[in-house]
Amino acid sequence: MAQYLLSVHTGADAQPAEPMTPEQMQQSYQQMQALEEEMKADGVWLFSGRLTEPDVATVVRVSAGDALTTDGPFVESKEHLAGFYIVEADDLDAALGWATKTAAIIGMPIEVRPFLDTSHA
Amino acid sequence: MRDPSAGDGTAADRASSAPARVGEATTGQVFREEYGRSVAALIRVFGQIEIAEDAVQDAFVLALRVWPRDGLPPNPGGWITTTARRCAIDRLRRDVRGRELLKDLAVLDHPHSPGAQEVGPVPDDRLRLIFTCCHPALAPEAQVALTLRLLGGLSTEEVARAFLVTESTMAQRLIRAKRKIKLARIPYRVPRNHELPDRLRAVLAAIYLIYNAGADPGAPPAGDGLRAEAIRLARILTSLMSDEPEATGLLALLLLTESRFRSRVTNDGELVLLRDQDRSQWDRALIDEGHLLVRACLRRNRPGPYQVQAAINAVHTDAASVQSTDWPQILALYDQLLALAPTPVVALNRAIAVGEVHGPEAALHLVDQLNLPDYHAFHATRADLLRRLGRIEHAAAAYRAAAALAPSPAEQAYLAAQAATLQQRW
Repeated sequence: MAQYLLSVHTGADAQPAEPMTPEQMQQSYQQMQALEEEMKADGVWLFSGRLTEPDVATVVRVSAGDALTTDGPFVESKEHLAGFYIVEADDLDAALGWATKTAAIIGMPIEVRPFLDTSHA
Repeated sequence: MRDPSAGDGTAADRASSAPARVGEATTGQVFREEYGRSVAALIRVFGQIEIAEDAVQDAFVLALRVWPRDGLPPNPGGWITTTARRCAIDRLRRDVRGRELLKDLAVLDHPHSPGAQEVGPVPDDRLRLIFTCCHPALAPEAQVALTLRLLGGLSTEEVARAFLVTESTMAQRLIRAKRKIKLARIPYRVPRNHELPDRLRAVLAAIYLIYNAGADPGAPPAGDGLRAEAIRLARILTSLMSDEPEATGLLALLLLTESRFRSRVTNDGELVLLRDQDRSQWDRALIDEGHLLVRACLRRNRPGPYQVQAAINAVHTDAASVQSTDWPQILALYDQLLALAPTPVVALNRAIAVGEVHGPEAALHLVDQLNLPDYHAFHATRADLLRRLGRIEHAAAAYRAAAALAPSPAEQAYLAAQAATLQQRW
């Protein structure tokens, strides 16, 4: 088993072609709920969350022992992390299967990235 | 690592007292045929690509020493796989992590242990390996490099030379790909049915890419070896997935393309168009085999892009001359191909067939609707049609545009010469 981060990125290039209507949003929300239930029933779901807009982010840097806190996201970029799932799956194909189901509902690309396995280090 | 038989040692030849003389050429041949099979079997047993590669390499080094003395074993491939397994266990026992892995795997170096029964290659080991190498999570250039390295047994240096990159660049590419397979846990198995269409497409594309890398007029001298390797891989895939008509279609396409390969350029490296080629030079054996496969595909009636391209090549290789070519049949096949793969390049090739059936006017009308300004064949096709319509000035300009974009010196020279000839007439 391995743990994978399925991350949803939004931004200028990643937005769906047309904004969703309230009905579509409601439908999408229900589909996501159902998918999460499916993940939990399958025992792959570990955590998931949706993030606020990137301009709400705060960055902390430590320089020469002093913490410097600044406003804004870590990197100014067109795309940013909007939300994520952490799942536990047998292999990449299984993780890609869940990513495909998620991407089909939200209509945006999903990055699949394994966590480093530190149990044998 | 390299083919251990590639050295110039003559130890094997001196061992004339051996029961059967085993030269380095024989070992080299076994290497080509068995390397991928053994690596694939060892990856299944040990679950790690590097362990399998090192162990199979060790086994061939041992074979170079032992075979000339004792003679070729009755089943050289089996000997290599069994020896490699022992070599891997020896290597793993040398350090703590290796011993832990061995404990996890429960592979014991005992000939009668249950593990030993599974050492021999199961029929689909190479199939698992090719699907792992060509997993879409790997970049296409990494897929191709891994396939050549692990299934073809090419050295990193040979793969690097084939793709015109330095050995260290290729080594990095291979290391990165193997690291991703390990960290992301790209599975070592034949994809499940619902995944298969997508995954098989990637495997076929990788093999076709290997062939084309070797067929490019500007290909390095390693090109012959790449084309042969692509055909060998397509044969393996076809034999392991005999119910996949697209795999058969790809093999047929490669064989029929290869049958005409030698006629494509003169000894001086000048390009010869299909219509000017000496058809008696085409390889009849490859054509016959290709035709047989195309007919088998037609009977199955599950067409796909590779099968249709093979069928188009079958029609070409069936004709004694360009005039006696069944162009209406080719046009019908291009109609089918365009429906399966609606790309501008297919549309361009279909327009050429339209030119033969309905004349250059109709073809030019189609070509002018395509948006392929950077593709030399687009301009070359326009040039030919304009020439046939007597629009010589425009034709010469199109030939010049094509020459400027052509990827290889042979094509540049051919197209520039066409432009020059027309300018003289005009």
